[in-house]
Amino acid sequence: MSDETQSGPVLAADGTPLKQSLARSLRNQKMRALALIGPLLIFVLISFVIPIGSMLFRSVENGMVEQTIPLTVEALKDWDIDSGESPNEAVYQAFVEDMIVAIEAKKHTRLGTRLNYEQTGMSSLFRKSGRKIKRLDPQADAPFKDKLIDIDKKWGDAQTWAVIKTHSVKITNGYFLNAIDMQRTPEGAQAQPEDKRILITLFKRTLFMSLVITFSCIMLAYPVAWILANLPMRTANMLMILVLLPFWTSLLVRTSAWKVMLQQQGVINEVLVWLGIVADDARLVMINNQLGTIIAMTHILLPFMILPMYSVMQTIQPTYLRAAKSMGATNWTAFWRVYFPLSVPGIGAGSILVFILSIGYYITPEIVGGTKGVFISNRIAYHISSSLNWGLAAALGTILLAVVLILYWAYDKIVGIDNVKLG
Amino acid sequence: MADLASEDAFVAFERVQKSYDGENLVVKDLNLSLPKGEFLTMLGPSGSGKTTCLMMLAGFETATHGEILLGGQSINNIPPHKRGIGMVFQNYALFPHMTVAENLSFPLEVRKIGKSDREAKVKRALDMVQMGEFGGRRPAQLSGGQQQRIALSRALVFEPELVLMDEPLGALDKQLREHMQFEITRLAHELGITTVYVTHDQTEALTMSDRVAVFDDGRIQQLAPPDQLYEEPENSFVAQFIGENNTLEGTVTSMAGNTCVVTLDDGEEIDAMPVNVSQVGERTKVSIRPERVEFNKDRLNADAHLVKATVKEFIYMGDVFRFRLSVAGNDDFIVKTRNAPDAVKLKPGETIDIGWLPQDCRALDA
Ligand SMILES: Nc1ncnc2c1ncn2[C@@H]1O[C@H](COP(=O)(O)OP(=O)(O)O)[C@@H](O)[C@H]1O
Ligand SMILES: [Mg+2]
Repeated sequence: MSDETQSGPVLAADGTPLKQSLARSLRNQKMRALALIGPLLIFVLISFVIPIGSMLFRSVENGMVEQTIPLTVEALKDWDIDSGESPNEAVYQAFVEDMIVAIEAKKHTRLGTRLNYEQTGMSSLFRKSGRKIKRLDPQADAPFKDKLIDIDKKWGDAQTWAVIKTHSVKITNGYFLNAIDMQRTPEGAQAQPEDKRILITLFKRTLFMSLVITFSCIMLAYPVAWILANLPMRTANMLMILVLLPFWTSLLVRTSAWKVMLQQQGVINEVLVWLGIVADDARLVMINNQLGTIIAMTHILLPFMILPMYSVMQTIQPTYLRAAKSMGATNWTAFWRVYFPLSVPGIGAGSILVFILSIGYYITPEIVGGTKGVFISNRIAYHISSSLNWGLAAALGTILLAVVLILYWAYDKIVGIDNVKLG
Repeated sequence: MADLASEDAFVAFERVQKSYDGENLVVKDLNLSLPKGEFLTMLGPSGSGKTTCLMMLAGFETATHGEILLGGQSINNIPPHKRGIGMVFQNYALFPHMTVAENLSFPLEVRKIGKSDREAKVKRALDMVQMGEFGGRRPAQLSGGQQQRIALSRALVFEPELVLMDEPLGALDKQLREHMQFEITRLAHELGITTVYVTHDQTEALTMSDRVAVFDDGRIQQLAPPDQLYEEPENSFVAQFIGENNTLEGTVTSMAGNTCVVTLDDGEEIDAMPVNVSQVGERTKVSIRPERVEFNKDRLNADAHLVKATVKEFIYMGDVFRFRLSVAGNDDFIVKTRNAPDAVKLKPGETIDIGWLPQDCRALDA
């Protein structure tokens, strides 16, 4: 062979280096593969990457103050926030000029709403003052300091200006601080007043309850998956339909059904009272609390645990168990030393699935959770649709995403992600 | 040997029946006993109930009726893990999540054998199959032949007296299979273990076993040492199943002690040895091995009946010549002859006389 004697790169039959011609022949393949996944790629980009990116951005973005009242922000730079005194006339002059432009564009109430997240009363202050500032003339009516204080004495309060100055930065950590029950103050990050601290508790509760739900799913799903995997194919397929049956019913209906089951005048309590196990005046409280959320969500997420477990168990040959027993292992030892380790990938896959789903669950806790059983996502939903504090919602969502990624990473370190098998 | 008394037997099946569905008997009245140290093979076509018998012996299936004895004691109610029987499975069933050494250590661990003892035994068992280097590997990192060896040594590492193997070589290529056949018999004899071996490969059964039990339709058709099985099949199923075989059909027309005359359906007469026929007029299938047919004119026995045959095909196979003849309406009559200096090469179309010794032509059931 001539190839063996020549030095340098191996050449293909036509004299081009082999690497190059291999790359060329693979390029077509790659292009074709890319064309095939193209539509999905675009879809994922539009529906997933961009929204998440914009959420991450929104959690720190804070251009509104500077955009709405740029001159004021500029003028406030010369004001010493720690002085405890209201700013000088220049600031008021700038503020009125800014406000007249903003009122024209109907932007001043939005600014009020934004600042209201940081200090209550700001929203009404801006709305009320807006009506009066509209009538002022930036040249003729100067100076403004006293006029504004006349309109509302809060304009003479250093605290009002401190809030404006503190939150006039373009990129803020304020939302993240809020998300972990702290706030951005002129003196730096500080804890929220006690009565406003709820988010850390909610995070902890969400994590804890998700763990409990995942664990109950494992306990309930494992035997079911085991039976399914060991039944003849026909029977197993039939029972599989029962497992999947809940997917055919609306989530809302299933959750509401739990309400009917669990409430104090509900089916379970009625039966228990009728059997005499529970006294009529001591009916069990099983709904509108954590227990209700756990029960309902375990039921709803159970199929996501059974399916990966089942598909992994199906691949475990029964001869493994027989081999173990023929070597002297009792049923239990054979299960624990041989079958269980082989089924761990299924447990892992199911747990990741259930945990991640439940950590972000919304509808069920909303309906059956009461106040004690709601999750962080319910709070996010509140900030998105009721308080309209999207920045805080985005910060909460980002933290949730980070928690999931960290747990995923930890799982990879501890169990190994290649130990996850969905089928 | 076939009528070994139960009390001497190490393993015995007594009137064992098995049905899975309550309608069909998969095993019908199985009686079988084997002494300590014997290598017995269950041979039969797929679905004949071999695996079922093995699983009943191992304890993974319960006998519907009858008794299975091990060392003279009924084991019907003893769970598998207390039977102390080593097993090799067709797919090896090596635990994929354990290394080779951990796999071998498993039966010792469940027997609560100390760590140092365990390591010594594992090493010895691995050396026994020349796999000493591979203790740290996972089964998936081994070739099929290597996995086979590990499965074998895992079944032997806890020193069972009885080892069961269910088509252990089924997944290997021909060369490896022949090598492992030798290896398994060597080990079985060296260690003096009793072995029940299941296969559907007759060559494997003939080369490895002390005795072979031919299964068909849930019954043992014949239980005999390999040479006897091949040369003296007791019924036409065994004759057909073991080795190559020519069958001619006819009716017994005369009987005289150890020989009889069979009139074939086209009117020709041949000499045969009556095995499954007892009276004149009975229908029979006669069976003749291809290598026992003589067509060299010089060696044909003039006293015996000769049969006319037409050569259909000549196949040159190197060490042997193979001819396909048409005999008494059977177009697949095979004759084999050694490629010796005086061997006759027949040409297709030729018409010749063929014959055989009466004892090589067995008149069996129709
Ligand atoms: N677990 C089972 N359930 C029902 N029928 C079975 C089962 N195992 C084997 N059979 C039936 O029993 C017969 C004998 O099977 P088997 O013992 O596996 O035969 P072999 O090993 O000789 O191929 C077959 O017809 C098979 O279909
Ligand atoms: Mg079988």
